[in-house]
Amino acid sequence: MAKQVVVNLVSAEREIWSGEADMVVAKTSVGEIGLLAGHEPILAVLVGGQIRINSTAGNVVVETQEGGFISMESDVVTVVVRDAQLVK
Amino acid sequence: MGAQLRVYRQKIKSAKTTKKITRAMELISASRIQKAQQRVAASNPYTSAVTRAVSAVASHSDIDHPLTRQVENPTKAAVVIFTSDRGLAGAFSSGALKEAEALSKRLTDQGMTVVYYLVGRKSVAYFKFRQRPFVRDWQGGTDQPGFETAREIAAEITDAFNRPNEDGGVDEIYLVGNRFVSMILQEPTTIRLLPLEIVEEEASSALEVFPLYEFEPEPEQVLDSLLPVYIESRIYNAMLQSAAAEHAARQKAMKSATDNADKLILNYTRLANAARQAEITQQISEIVGGADALATVKD
Repeated sequence: MAKQVVVNLVSAEREIWSGEADMVVAKTSVGEIGLLAGHEPILAVLVGGQIRINSTAGNVVVETQEGGFISMESDVVTVVVRDAQLVK
Repeated sequence: MGAQLRVYRQKIKSAKTTKKITRAMELISASRIQKAQQRVAASNPYTSAVTRAVSAVASHSDIDHPLTRQVENPTKAAVVIFTSDRGLAGAFSSGALKEAEALSKRLTDQGMTVVYYLVGRKSVAYFKFRQRPFVRDWQGGTDQPGFETAREIAAEITDAFNRPNEDGGVDEIYLVGNRFVSMILQEPTTIRLLPLEIVEEEASSALEVFPLYEFEPEPEQVLDSLLPVYIESRIYNAMLQSAAAEHAARQKAMKSATDNADKLILNYTRLANAARQAEITQQISEIVGGADALATVKD
């Protein structure tokens, strides 16, 4: 099995989702980005749209309108959004 | 019943009613502290993530951003004061206001004019009573602050910071509010919000070396969109801290009020007993005296 990334998805008021995942897909200001384990450290600005997390436990889809940012280093992904709705 | 006795009974009754109210408020506050603390804890991951990201960008490049630029000769400062909406919380609001006054004095001594932004009904009342001007106020909901309010405040003061001075802009922005230290200690504190000093939440992580991040799009643009978020989260955090501190202060104040009511009731009960005894003694001596007098008349 491929290596996994640890994901923390937080909004201003609370932590929305956290756990291990295979891939995180989010929409940045310059286009969609998919993060897999082993990706180099990145800090990107997110715009409104969907954030998809593919995990072994099932896929998680989060909807955000205002965006935020995503950062990744040493296989830890932190997604920070101002407002977020867990869609699935 | 004697007049004195009636007065004491009245006072006991009134102390008992007050005690019922303060006891109820104490219990309500006690239960709300928990919730307020949970809200602070719930917002912590966000705050630390934002702080970390900002520090990462800041450590990366020599940042020169309008929001971090220090003005040579600051002439105007804004103070945002966080108080409560309701009283009966001991020195909670007055503590914050006192801190703000001390800060304004310091700033005025440095040759700055100070403008105010007020959060909470108590600070507005304080300013209105003294007929002092303030720029804007936010009232209601200080015990359960919403993120929306934090964003409004952030937008307003960032806007003021970005405007030129002649146009009502300011050079520095300070936040004054109570910080929740523990259940028995709440501290009025001052934070300089703008120009930004990026502070790590914990001293240990300040030594941490950040990896070489790839920025998307460019570091400047990332910082552009990060800093407002950072400011919002700082304000939101200040509001949550203030809310938790408010409940803790109220619980403490109401606890001592209940204790004082108990003491009052005890004292007045003793006085009332003494008054009742005195009355009885007097009545007895009156009867004895009366009987004596009648006996002498018969003889």
